[in-house]
Amino acid sequence: MALVDGINGAVKRLPSWPLYLLGAVPVVWLFWQGLTGGLGVDPTKVIEHKLGLWGLWLLIAGLAITPLQRFAGLRLIKFRRAIGLLAFFYILTHLLVWLVLDVQIPAQIWADILKRPYITIGMAAFLMMLPLAITSNNWSLRKLGPVRWRGLHKLTYLLVPLGAVHFVMVVKGWQMEPLYYLAVVIALLALRLRPSRRRRAAAA
Amino acid sequence: MAGRWKNDLNWSDTTPKAAWLNRRQIMAGIGAAAFGGIAGPALAGLGAVKSDFSTVEEPNPLDHITSYCNYYEFGTGKEDPARNAHMLNTDGWQVEIDGLVDKPGTWTMDDILAGTTLEERIYRFRCVEAWSMVIPWVGFELSDLLARVGVQSGAKYVAFETALRPDEMPGVRSPVIDWPYVEGLRLDEAMNPLTILATGLYDEPIPNQNGAPIRLVVPWKYGFKSIKSIVRISLTDKEPPTSWNKTNGREYGFYSNVNPTVDHPRWSQASERVIGGGILAKRKPTLLFNGYGEQVADLYDGMDLAKFY
Ligand code: HEM
Repeated sequence: MALVDGINGAVKRLPSWPLYLLGAVPVVWLFWQGLTGGLGVDPTKVIEHKLGLWGLWLLIAGLAITPLQRFAGLRLIKFRRAIGLLAFFYILTHLLVWLVLDVQIPAQIWADILKRPYITIGMAAFLMMLPLAITSNNWSLRKLGPVRWRGLHKLTYLLVPLGAVHFVMVVKGWQMEPLYYLAVVIALLALRLRPSRRRRAAAA
Repeated sequence: MAGRWKNDLNWSDTTPKAAWLNRRQIMAGIGAAAFGGIAGPALAGLGAVKSDFSTVEEPNPLDHITSYCNYYEFGTGKEDPARNAHMLNTDGWQVEIDGLVDKPGTWTMDDILAGTTLEERIYRFRCVEAWSMVIPWVGFELSDLLARVGVQSGAKYVAFETALRPDEMPGVRSPVIDWPYVEGLRLDEAMNPLTILATGLYDEPIPNQNGAPIRLVVPWKYGFKSIKSIVRISLTDKEPPTSWNKTNGREYGFYSNVNPTVDHPRWSQASERVIGGGILAKRKPTLLFNGYGEQVADLYDGMDLAKFY
């Protein structure tokens, strides 16, 4: 527990704003590499895929914070807003790369959203992130009140698995990698079920 | 990882092949001069002869073609084949030719290549994932080989099978598809002069990641029809199973002709990303039959291409 206390103590002293800067670095690096030939012969796809994957990592990191606190005593909650907003910006960039660099043809974009189930699901996940990103500030938290704010942000429990399912559908054939991610997401959600059930049992 | 890709080529640089050919032409010129001949810019290496079926479009440089591959036996990433395909040992390669043929049997690469004239076929290559390249294959018409084995009158289809060697192909340890990879053509498609068996690339023996030592190339169909590292060719009277069709029949049909109007559930096929154009490159409209309609459209006369996709 000395380790956990040490980390918690350090976290208390650290500000969370540098995360935004740190989070921008890989994206800038990615586009720079893409423009200068460092991403191979199909840079658009590499950028699109990396942003989707890193966005999913961030969403998973955001989901992991509560279980880490509950089961390991790690208090990282002060970073959660930054992680969530970064996830939003990564997925927004993922979407923009798709629109501007990949599909390019505006008339086709709408058809793709409607017709291609993996895009439909990705888009649904993205749209759910919008209100969460917009309300990720103290003013909105005060305005909505903690109960409504928390209720709204429970959309995470739906949008993250949708993002993971989108990944499963993106790949051809049966590949393990996206299934591992989906399993991790489901596990992180399942961890939230247990204590509340115990609490209910205790109340009965 | 990203560093692996580094080279000193610029994406706007479209002349590497010219530079590459110049070297060869100089060498050929020296050879020709030595014999006092007046040979034109003949190719060295495999010595493939030019073909009227080649496109005049500029081929992608060799490193595009060898570094960006779909060959799931070596992994599902585009760069996995370049990394892993060296494990494949193509020495003593044999191709089993069987089914409705007069002379079934096992063919070595020497048997297959004996007496054939290798041609350079510069073809457009269109992947179902909506990207494309231009590739200078070296090979010979499949119909030449079929003529040598004698196709029996009942034969209507040609089935192909890729090698399955778990020790040399790390990708087959995961069940991405049902191994071995199999493909097929209707006999008239197989006999079309555009359909070749390729054994070379840029006038050199074909690299492992591109399907060594012998692969099919059917330029008017999506790339996955052009099966790699062939170990069996069977003439059949029934439409043979094909790997991606078995994996997901709604997405991948037996014919899989390049067709911008037949939509795919996953990727719009109306346009394509030209590999090597960089991140700001415009998409290019995709052509029916990948632009080979003049040679192949009549194969499908009267067929509903949306139904037989
Ligand atoms: C929460 C939302 C989302 C998540 C977590 C997500 C994640 C991912 C991941 C992990 C990949 C695959 C990366 C790889 O192969 O390494 C991917 C691919 C892709 N995503 Fe998303 N994505 C999301 C939303 C969207 C949206 C809104 C769109 C567009 C409307 C989109 C379009 C795509 C496309 C086009 C691909 C590549 C498909 C291909 O190469 O064929 N995604 N995404």
